[in-house]
Amino acid sequence: MKKFLSAIVLSALMTLTASADTLKLGVAGPHSGDLASYGIPATRAAALYAKELNAKGGILGMQIEIVQSDDVCKPEIAVNTANKLVSEKVAFVLGHICSGATKAALGTYKDAGIAVMSPSATNPGLTKSGDYPNFFRTIAPDDAQAKLAVDFTTEKLGSKLIAVIHDKGDYGKGFAEFAKKFIEEGGKAKVALFEGVTPGAVDYTAVVQKIKRSKATAVIFGGYHPEASKIITAMKKKKVKAAFVSDDGVKDDTFIKVAGKYSEGGYATGPKDNSANPLNKKAIADHVAAYSEKPGAFYIEAYSAMIAITEAIKAAGSTDYAKVTAALKSNWVETPIGKIKFDERGDAIGAGFSVYQVQNGKYVEVK
Amino acid sequence: MEYFLELFLGGLTRGSIYALIALGYTMVYGIIQLINFAHGEIYMIGAFTALIFASVLSILGWPALAIFVVATAAAVLYSSAYGYTIEKIAYTPLRNAPRLSPLISAIGMSLFLQNYVLLAQTSDFLPFPQLIPDFEFMEPISHIFSSAELAIVLTTVIVMLLLTYYIKFTNMGKAMRATAQDKTMALLIGINVDRVISVTFIIGSSLAALGGVLIANHIGQVNFYIGFIAGIKAFTAAVLGGIGSIPGAVLGALILGWTESFATGYISSDYEDVFAFGLLVLILIFRPAGLLGRSETKKV
Repeated sequence: MKKFLSAIVLSALMTLTASADTLKLGVAGPHSGDLASYGIPATRAAALYAKELNAKGGILGMQIEIVQSDDVCKPEIAVNTANKLVSEKVAFVLGHICSGATKAALGTYKDAGIAVMSPSATNPGLTKSGDYPNFFRTIAPDDAQAKLAVDFTTEKLGSKLIAVIHDKGDYGKGFAEFAKKFIEEGGKAKVALFEGVTPGAVDYTAVVQKIKRSKATAVIFGGYHPEASKIITAMKKKKVKAAFVSDDGVKDDTFIKVAGKYSEGGYATGPKDNSANPLNKKAIADHVAAYSEKPGAFYIEAYSAMIAITEAIKAAGSTDYAKVTAALKSNWVETPIGKIKFDERGDAIGAGFSVYQVQNGKYVEVK
Repeated sequence: MEYFLELFLGGLTRGSIYALIALGYTMVYGIIQLINFAHGEIYMIGAFTALIFASVLSILGWPALAIFVVATAAAVLYSSAYGYTIEKIAYTPLRNAPRLSPLISAIGMSLFLQNYVLLAQTSDFLPFPQLIPDFEFMEPISHIFSSAELAIVLTTVIVMLLLTYYIKFTNMGKAMRATAQDKTMALLIGINVDRVISVTFIIGSSLAALGGVLIANHIGQVNFYIGFIAGIKAFTAAVLGGIGSIPGAVLGALILGWTESFATGYISSDYEDVFAFGLLVLILIFRPAGLLGRSETKKV
């Protein structure tokens, strides 16, 4: 019995000493459920970059330990996810992925004095409201995206009548509302329709017939690829000729894979093409080497966030909240999305969007 | 007028889809008073089975229509086997338990099947090939009513007629009606109630699988989660029409489809579900047993 007890004490001591030499980084996002394809790439980015740093001796003499927590993209679960990470005493959180879940979780992190960096939550309010000084992101907010989508539709495509459709979610509706606002302010075109569709509904024929009836020459859709692929398929099948312009949630190869030939000619905005950047090439090569497939959505943004976070901790010389956030705002870092630092509100300076079009089964940047 | 027709046909298609799934709910409820929440998952498994068969057969270079027939047959067989097994594993042991127990077992089964497909297949959306070709004679009106939509509506009509015939005029159908009325009495007069229940599950699952294939073909994608929303809508349709009643399920499904389609077309798609469920509330207030349901008299 005594031996047994001392073994327990010994092992407890060992874990204590081990934890003193590790730096815990939380990774939160959907790791299961129907939006898992948005969350898994970030966990892989975190794991790969941490492994690389650890092999070089970690940061500030500490090995990085990744703590994953699954929020399935649901705000009501995200709070628990955040509490779990707080109780694990993580130094920084990479995540969350979906805007709604991020917003729900941020308060918990703020109270615990933990900074959060999302590779994908683009809701403008997260930074612009000023409510969350602990929030950073390596992706440009929705309104930047919506502005680009509207400018592109009215100027390049010359559309005068635009139907704005969204999926009623925080992300899609936010994008659509900005698009509507910019169309009305721009004065070059009119909003023909502004409607939300139910995600996961059996079919969208009725709303497509409505688009056709409105005689809109372009559709701007705010939402994710499952609905977008159904809508563009129904549009083509019902011979609606309006152009289809969507957002970053649709700029995912799954959209092309699922909608197939019907996706041809569709537009989507997405982060700038940084494929020529050597850091970017390396990040992708590492992913291919480790998982023998190409990385999914937001992998590069997550990888960039990992670099920004670890560089800031290095520059600050500690994991102290005030020092790390100050370092994020003052130091430029080279990342796969370009050279970035963060503004007062937490948006990345130096990261932006481009318009892409599906051509021959691939997204091609429209110059 | 053309717009009205478009919405009418869109609603008809949507309603027919709901009807195929609702029939399974209503048949099972009619016989063992169980809401089989795993039914939507059977629909999803049907779509997945068809996708797997279609992928393999298209590599072998079969013509689309032949693939469609074989893939559908496979989906129906496979889903029926699932339906039969689910009933044996999750519901038979609970037949004499309080009514809440099989309900919870059903929800558990539903979650289990969803996650099983998620792990065994993928969390991603998968493209579903177009198996029903665009018929030439449909071409002039294909922007209003496509071949796939025609196939859905026709299938629902044929299925409903066959099912009515089966239940009204065959021995098994009589046994089903007897079991639905009084299980103990049916046992006493020599009806193999276990077999009747198994057959009910098999028929219900086959219809769900048929629906799964037709809808996946229509919208061109499948995912492990599609059974959930389709299941909820079909369940609503079954309740609307009077759960337990077969013509009721079809009527409820069509009304639901049209309500959603016209609400989207003339008001706003934001309120599609508001109108659908608002209608359900109204009908349940004035006809608690549903449109064609019999109100149950409690024996004291």
